[in-house]
Amino acid sequence: MTRHKEGDRRDTALNDAELQRCLTATWSTPAGLWGALSTVDHKIIGRRYITTAFVFLALGGVLSLLMRLQLAQPEARFIGPDRYNQIFTMHGTNMMFLFAVPVMQAMAIYLVPLMVGTRNIAFPRLNAFSYWMYLAGGLLLWVAFALDVGPDVGWFAYVPLSGPQYAAGKRADIWAQMITFTEVSALAVAVEIVVTVFKQRAPGMSLDRIPLFVWSMLVTSFLIILAMPAIMIASTALILDRLVGTHFFNPAEGGDVLLWQHLFWFFGHPEVYIIFLPAVGMVSTIVATFTRRPVFGYLGMVMALIATGILAFGLWVHHMFVAGLPRLGESFFTASSMAIAVPAGLQIFCWLATMWAGRPIFKTPFLFVIGFMVIFVIGGMTGVMVASVPFDTQVHDTYFVVAHFHYVLVGGAVFPLLGAIYYWFPKFTGRMMSETLGRWTFGLMFTGFNLTFFPMHILGLQGMPRRIYTYQPEMPWSGLNMFISLSAIILALGFLMFFVDAIRSARSGSAAPANPWGALTLEWATSSPPPAYNFMHLPVVSSLEPLADDPDILPVASGLRIDRRELLITSVVQAVPEARESSPGDSIWPLWAAAATSVTLIWSIFTPWAVVWGSIPVAIALIGWFWPKGVVEEDA
Amino acid sequence: MRIVRNGLLAVALAVSGCSGNQSAMDPDGGPAIHIAHLIIGIVAVCGVAWVLVMVMLAAALLRGRGRTGREITNERSLMRAVIAAVAVTVVIVAALTVSSFFTTRGIGVPEPAAMTITVRGQQWWWQVMYADSGPNASFETANEIHIPVGRDVRLELQSADVIHSFWVPSLAGKQDLVPGRSNILLLRAEKPGIYRGQCAEFCGLQHGHMAVLVIAEAPADYERWAAGQRQTALLPSNPEALAGQAVFLGKPCAACHTIRGTSAHGKTGPDLTHIGSRLTLAAGLVETTRGSLAAWIADPQTVKPGNNMPTVALTGVELQQISTYMEGLK
Amino acid sequence: MNHTVVLDVADLPEHGLGSASQTYWGTLAFMLIEGTGFALSIVVYLYLMSLATQWPLGTAPPDLLAGTTLTALLIVSLVPNLFLARWARHQDLWKVRIGLIVMTVLGVAPLVLRAFEFPAMHIKWDQNAYGSIVWVMLGLHTTHIITNLVETAVLTALMFSRHGDSPRRYGDVSDNAMYWNFVVITWLPMYACLYWVPRL
Ligand code: HEA
Ligand code: HEA
Ligand code: HEC
Ligand code: CUA
Ligand SMILES: [Cu+2]
Repeated sequence: MTRHKEGDRRDTALNDAELQRCLTATWSTPAGLWGALSTVDHKIIGRRYITTAFVFLALGGVLSLLMRLQLAQPEARFIGPDRYNQIFTMHGTNMMFLFAVPVMQAMAIYLVPLMVGTRNIAFPRLNAFSYWMYLAGGLLLWVAFALDVGPDVGWFAYVPLSGPQYAAGKRADIWAQMITFTEVSALAVAVEIVVTVFKQRAPGMSLDRIPLFVWSMLVTSFLIILAMPAIMIASTALILDRLVGTHFFNPAEGGDVLLWQHLFWFFGHPEVYIIFLPAVGMVSTIVATFTRRPVFGYLGMVMALIATGILAFGLWVHHMFVAGLPRLGESFFTASSMAIAVPAGLQIFCWLATMWAGRPIFKTPFLFVIGFMVIFVIGGMTGVMVASVPFDTQVHDTYFVVAHFHYVLVGGAVFPLLGAIYYWFPKFTGRMMSETLGRWTFGLMFTGFNLTFFPMHILGLQGMPRRIYTYQPEMPWSGLNMFISLSAIILALGFLMFFVDAIRSARSGSAAPANPWGALTLEWATSSPPPAYNFMHLPVVSSLEPLADDPDILPVASGLRIDRRELLITSVVQAVPEARESSPGDSIWPLWAAAATSVTLIWSIFTPWAVVWGSIPVAIALIGWFWPKGVVEEDA
Repeated sequence: MRIVRNGLLAVALAVSGCSGNQSAMDPDGGPAIHIAHLIIGIVAVCGVAWVLVMVMLAAALLRGRGRTGREITNERSLMRAVIAAVAVTVVIVAALTVSSFFTTRGIGVPEPAAMTITVRGQQWWWQVMYADSGPNASFETANEIHIPVGRDVRLELQSADVIHSFWVPSLAGKQDLVPGRSNILLLRAEKPGIYRGQCAEFCGLQHGHMAVLVIAEAPADYERWAAGQRQTALLPSNPEALAGQAVFLGKPCAACHTIRGTSAHGKTGPDLTHIGSRLTLAAGLVETTRGSLAAWIADPQTVKPGNNMPTVALTGVELQQISTYMEGLK
Repeated sequence: MNHTVVLDVADLPEHGLGSASQTYWGTLAFMLIEGTGFALSIVVYLYLMSLATQWPLGTAPPDLLAGTTLTALLIVSLVPNLFLARWARHQDLWKVRIGLIVMTVLGVAPLVLRAFEFPAMHIKWDQNAYGSIVWVMLGLHTTHIITNLVETAVLTALMFSRHGDSPRRYGDVSDNAMYWNFVVITWLPMYACLYWVPRL
């Protein structure tokens, strides 16, 4: 070998044991608190992210049970209007911004680097930063709720109800600033994923060999990048209206209240596909593994993802069909919303074809996929229904829409997610979850879910609006509401059983082999859980299913340095190696930067000067973060 | 006459479950009937599509169960099946788009000449303003809209504060009341009756108690009602009511409410000129009776927590008098 | 699972340059995020304009002098910026140092002019929606000038430190130069929107 610098050690001449020892020394996170706070390992951060998101799921679920308690009877007085409004706002905000979007990104943080065969995510420190920002945003929201200043304006915070005139106090500001926290972290993760997928794929993993889950996360990340700026602009304008007296949404001074709705839904509609597309990727992965054949129509699946991503930006007005926009324009949005059934249908049909041609194996992850098919297609159908303008004028803002979006969110995203957790749990923890409990969990959730949410369609058609804290006894809704609330208990038991199983299995589940399901993607080519460096040698790929070619032999690359964190940079299209690049080591600075940013953002709810003064510590933290420390990772 | 009519209405009210129907699938107005047909059509089509997908799912799962080894499936025919299914999807969604477009066209828009009623949403009640038609003076009421049967009525929807949404499902789809804008909704009842509606856009604390009644009556009955509403309040003949009027005018009530024919000209609350003739109180919350009036006035914050009417300190006697007075404002 | 070596990457460079570097793509992605933000701010401006009966609302169109001078200055700054990017590619330490100093100065100058642009709008942010959107657009763009300026200043300091002469740093300099191009180019539609649309 030429050009080796002094002290530059390569993986070439070492035996496996020695190589593993050296790689561990270079890559592993030190034990102890300091290590935990400064780690940049995508697996540790990914696990942390997933766990946090599931805590928020449980909290949000508990809120939904409170709502169901209140709604079980007419004119119930368990929860007053003020608290109820906080609760449904918290439930929606928490589920969308603190659970659904982050959990999907979290799965990607853990899985994408493994699935593309690299050693860490791109910009690992940014990754650490994004977790801290996410955590701070979540804490902000929940602490505010505990102090009775939780937002109470609904998860889309329509002005003027959330504006300076009608939302006194800091509740709406907390909502708007929580948005900033979660958007910053979501955007950061999106950038990391895009760059990881573009530049860190295993040699040979050309575009047509990228696993479908990775494709789905790539498209999702672009959706985030293009959609989230809209909500950032909207929430900033809202804070400015509230804090320094701008007039963006004030019709008396040339502003407009529908401007808010346009900006929100220009983000909000893509948001639902940001939640759904990763689930699509999970379904594809699970279907391939449990039918023992590749997903039918790879190219079609990828095109469907991209088409959904593009169409997603042309639908936002379907949330505003009764706001009083010109009818002709609305018809266009009916057409575009209906059109999205085509890529969605294509995906469903491809999975059906896969199952048709494959050998289904009914393990828990696959059960969740079957549940997904049943439930999501109903949700999609009701989506097509509300896409029709006249239809929507009757069911908009009623429990029919509540039913629609729980069918697509819970059925279309949470079911695949839980299937994915059962599927990848061995990889995350090195232990299997219980198959018996898994079946029970699925059964309870599937039954409980349909019993809870199907009747809501009927309630909606019977005229029950959403977001009402109670209803009058003479309305014909009490029977169904009681039924729904009781069914929600079954659903909750299902979730509870899932949590019990996950916690128990993480501690004492049976040990998992490297590849328990006989799957064919790269994350299974390393031990469960993977070592800090992911792969002893970076894999080289020559097909869509790298582990199918020869189950016992993994083609790999050698020649990387092991005395610094090093990985391979490959070209965007063909994944031809271009460079051996270093990957940044652990650092505490992301935490400081997140702390400084958090203080600034929260302080700025109270005074605009916080932005000026707060930018100083933020700048210091960022300079500390990027200033060279003279470590080997900075070699070039 | 009026008493007879009110009596009839009360019976109708009791029969129809006190508040009238509020269901999109029980339509009695032109627009709602069109939409109900569309709803049934779309649900049927989508339902069939769902069943077909489920049948395929079951077939696919049962077919491969217990199969061993990779069977050679004909990828060609699979591909053809998928393409066919996508093509069918395209056709269906195109048909649904066209049919919903024609339903919108079929509902149409109210002619500018149609009878116009302005509805202003307020946190958490409906201000209803009848424009003057010809020699008749305009008048105002709240939470209860009377319309003649079989005629197009043009609602002009405005908001005084936040966004609300006017929705009487049996008559028409909903339409938002947006501050700074004015939206139009076509309302039409084919049959006489009491149609309940409810604010559909979240508007704050009492969004759940912001109902509205639309009372559709034969044109002659409607005209009689309108003539009555145009009148100013009568001077109460009964002494207790007379005392009640004095209390009303002397207390802060008059600062918020208008009673035409008296010195009460407040604008923050509903016009109470004919409050006694309305079927319900506080936006559909309770039936109007002397007792419910007294309960409301004594403590509006318990009846409807967070609403914008404060509790005004009254002695028991004053409360009695005032509710008698209110009840008499037919 | 046994590993079979099929590829030797020992001879690859230890750091990717240009499109082989992650920061290059990361910078592009952030430019896409911010570019979307800028574009949306223009959309908001046009949206509010479409609703107004008269535009600008309650005031005269902005004075052209400060904004136009700033635009000219920004365009001129592209020339040294392009040189800087080239010198960074050639890893020419001294020229890069000089280029960075020039670009730091060229980052401060627009801020001075910007201070005159706000009053040239003849409106405050809290007077009406027109005032709100023009202040936010100017503010948004100013933030980008400031952040880029801070980054340029830090890079300048780095280039004079012992960490300077490394391919990694030159990569940073060229990404920074690319970002400045972005700051300048996105300003042009904003300039057209703020100064000329009200005159249409
Ligand atoms: C994961 C989230 C998710 C997903 C995937 C979807 C998917 C869709 N949604 Fe949904 N939606 C939400 C989450 C989601 N939605 C949320 C959260 C809200 C409410 C927000 C709020 O107000 O709080 C909402 C609200 C909402 C509205 C506004 C309703 C209202 O407020 O009045 C509309 C209107 O058009 C709509 C339409 C659609 C459509 C057409 C799809 C399509 O993508 C569905 C496509 C899928 C299928 C159609 C099934 C598969 C296809 C086949 C099997 C082929 C055969 C099909 C046919 C022949 C039709 N959605
Ligand atoms: C992904 C998103 C998501 C999810 C998963 C859910 C889940 C549920 N939602 Fe959700 N919901 C929304 C998103 C979501 N929702 C949104 C966006 C809104 C609109 C808000 C708005 O209008 O602003 C909404 C509104 C909404 C309403 C309407 C409120 C109203 O309009 O007044 C209702 C009413 O029934 C409801 C019910 C439920 C129920 C019963 C569940 C159940 O599925 C929940 C089941 C889960 C549990 C019950 C948790 C179980 C956990 C435990 C028991 C604890 C165990 C703990 C440990 C071991 C640590 N939701
Ligand atoms: C600060 C203003 C205010 C004062 C003072 C006030 N009200 Fe009200 N009143 C309101 C508002 C606002 C409503 C509508 C409440 C709702 O339904 O949400 C209302 C509703 C009512 C109604 C029901 C009207 C309907 O159409 O259903 C009656 C009756 C009434 N008020 C009587 C009184 C009497 C009697 C007093 C004095 C003792 C009084 N009000 C004092 C503001 C006021
Ligand atoms: Cu008014 Cu809801
Ligand atoms: Cu949508």
